[in-house]
Amino acid sequence: MQEKLTHLKELESESIFILREVAAQFEKPALLFSGGKDSIVMAYLAYKAFYPAPIPFPFVHIDTGHNFDETLTYRDELVKKLGAELIVGSVQESIDSGRAVEEKGFNASRNKLQTITLLDTLEKYKFDAALGGARRDEEKARAKERFFSHRDEFGQWDPKNQRPELWNIFNGKKHLGEHFRVFPISNWTEMDVWQYILQENIPLPSLYYTHEREVFNRDCQWYAALDAIPRRPTEEVVVKKVRCRTIGDITCTGLSLSTANSLEDIIDEIASSRITERGGRTDDKRSESAMEDRKKEGYF
Amino acid sequence: MKDTTGYLDMELLRFSTAGSVDDGKSTLIGRLLYDSKSIFEDQLQAVKDASKRLGGEEVNLALLTDGLRAEREQGITIDVAYRYFATPKRKFIIADTPGHIEYTRNMVTGASTADVAIILIDARNGIIEQSKRHSYIASLLQIPNVVVAVNKMDLVDFDETVFNAIVTEYKTIAETLKLKNVIYIPISARDGDNVVDRSSKTPWYNGETLLHLLETLPVRVDENNLPARFPVQFVIRPHSDKFHDYRGYAGRISGGSFKVGDEVTVLPSNTQSKIIAIDEGLKSVTEAYTPQSVTIRLADNVDVSRGDMIVKTDIHKPTVSANVSLLVCWLNHRPLNVGGKYIIRHTTDETRAVIKDVHFKVNINTLENILDDKTVNMNDIAHITLKTMKPLKFDSYQENRTTGSLVIIDEATHETVGAGMIVHDLEDQSFSI
Ligand SMILES: Nc1nc2c(ncn2[C@@H]2O[C@H](COP(=O)(O)OP(=O)(O)O)[C@@H](O)[C@H]2O)c(=O)[nH]1
Repeated sequence: MQEKLTHLKELESESIFILREVAAQFEKPALLFSGGKDSIVMAYLAYKAFYPAPIPFPFVHIDTGHNFDETLTYRDELVKKLGAELIVGSVQESIDSGRAVEEKGFNASRNKLQTITLLDTLEKYKFDAALGGARRDEEKARAKERFFSHRDEFGQWDPKNQRPELWNIFNGKKHLGEHFRVFPISNWTEMDVWQYILQENIPLPSLYYTHEREVFNRDCQWYAALDAIPRRPTEEVVVKKVRCRTIGDITCTGLSLSTANSLEDIIDEIASSRITERGGRTDDKRSESAMEDRKKEGYF
Repeated sequence: MKDTTGYLDMELLRFSTAGSVDDGKSTLIGRLLYDSKSIFEDQLQAVKDASKRLGGEEVNLALLTDGLRAEREQGITIDVAYRYFATPKRKFIIADTPGHIEYTRNMVTGASTADVAIILIDARNGIIEQSKRHSYIASLLQIPNVVVAVNKMDLVDFDETVFNAIVTEYKTIAETLKLKNVIYIPISARDGDNVVDRSSKTPWYNGETLLHLLETLPVRVDENNLPARFPVQFVIRPHSDKFHDYRGYAGRISGGSFKVGDEVTVLPSNTQSKIIAIDEGLKSVTEAYTPQSVTIRLADNVDVSRGDMIVKTDIHKPTVSANVSLLVCWLNHRPLNVGGKYIIRHTTDETRAVIKDVHFKVNINTLENILDDKTVNMNDIAHITLKTMKPLKFDSYQENRTTGSLVIIDEATHETVGAGMIVHDLEDQSFSI
């Protein structure tokens, strides 16, 4: 008799199934790589799904230009290690070409502008499926998201017109110009992701572990004191031991005070944590239905 | 410090919840999330604020899962929402569906992957038409375990006779519907009785609490005893110097298990070969089980492509046929078109098909067959036959939920319009009460 399939094995098996469905059903898929831990896990899953053949689709990074240096170094090393192809879509270019307009003020973020660059990049390379690392446990609006999420020719998500998804049968049929977002790790929780990273011994950018950094506090949240985020005169810079719980663009990556310096520590910390991971993301706080609004516009 | 590694070998259990409006479904889910400490402070604060805004003093647990309610009020999508929580023993995935009559299709969707269906019954109202409908869907979708949670026991003074009367009545339904494993629990979702902790108010109840049951019910024990099935999903050919001759068939095992050395047959071509290796990610294994995603390599250079099925040679083989008889739940506003052509997706296979006939519809409230009206509208369940352009390789849904299920896709809109459960003979599935 075999050993019981653990939840991580089962989740992995489901995600690999979906990655392979995407490779089989679409002509030109791409994997959206943000540098966050979820997309790192996706990259490793994709590597496993097609091994020993190379990953049959490129990674696409939508670069806001406001990255932690380490994110880019890590990205380039990972792509090399996994033998993947990398395509970078630049938000700066979208701004320079007038496609996107930079937000002003202290809360300015390029997070929203990413949508424009993303859609432009998808169109430029004629990608018909974009794999994303979003999870249903992240936010209310995502709880009913499909694995295969249909987008119209404007890249928009229509919550009223989502295809029913039954069993493990995924319908990626589309008309010309339409595309899909596919979320292979929909059923994973933040805890599952960390446990998997531990189990698989996946190296992470050191930003996820405790480090001393110059930070400042805004609305009860710590941020990196870097040029990308203009500070108000009252916002004082201090040095703290912090780590990232999720990494994105600098302007919306909240840091948590932490001394966790191993995966085990991090898992313990999350197990006893009383704040959701998105609780640290400014972009979601802007309004109650923030996420739903951005989704309709074609955000990840 | 907690034992981190302990969390690494939990099992996964998927369950669906069904109940009529106000039976306490949201409260129950909120209670499970809350008592298992899956609620974070920022979420709880949002709920506290909302409870206050709505004039309540206590925290209204139902608001935790209220994505759906807001939509209901605004009259937009009512859909399946997935929620997650974990205890040190198991990770749970809840498919949360609203219980209105119009939304049979959502319940079918949520039930399609469930290991357990929780059917809520308001102790004051007893079994109503909707409870029967939910039970029919659990039976139709072959959910292996049904938990009948008799809720709001506090409002009937935790009276044993009320509970027993409901159990007795439900047993006849369970029998008619051939429900497999039915468990009855008296609960109060609002106060938590018998949800996570045993209630002192039901000394007459010797069974488990709901959470304990969910943590211990055996999951998918039978899957590995099924005849071995491997629908080929993707052919892996590296074309590299190092793996020059590598040719692997990637897929997810959909029944039974496969071992290196097994004699296998590839369907529909009926080619015979032998398994020489099973690869899982970067390593090779000697045996693999349902529902693992693996890559199988064969001894001979046979012609295998996506949509083919690898099965063990010496076991009961699937049916290979272009004539398929099935129960369908219709999912789309546009009714089923008899004589019309559709796309069929079955496992990793795809073909076109023409709808031959509608034999009967099922009235899911009375569970009677309707023979005189054959228009299959959204949320209808009907027995139909179709003919496919190329043969499918299938089992009955009763035998295997993966190789026995298919979806019907509209050729013009590409929407998923029907969910089909393959039947071998009608006797299996025609219920009457
Ligand atoms: N007395 C009592 N009330 C309950 C119980 N469970 C739910 N309720 C109440 O019943 C109402 C409907 O509950 P809700 O969870 O929103 O029902 P849903 O429509 O099935 O999701 C709410 O006012 C709940 O507080 C219970 O066990 N006892």
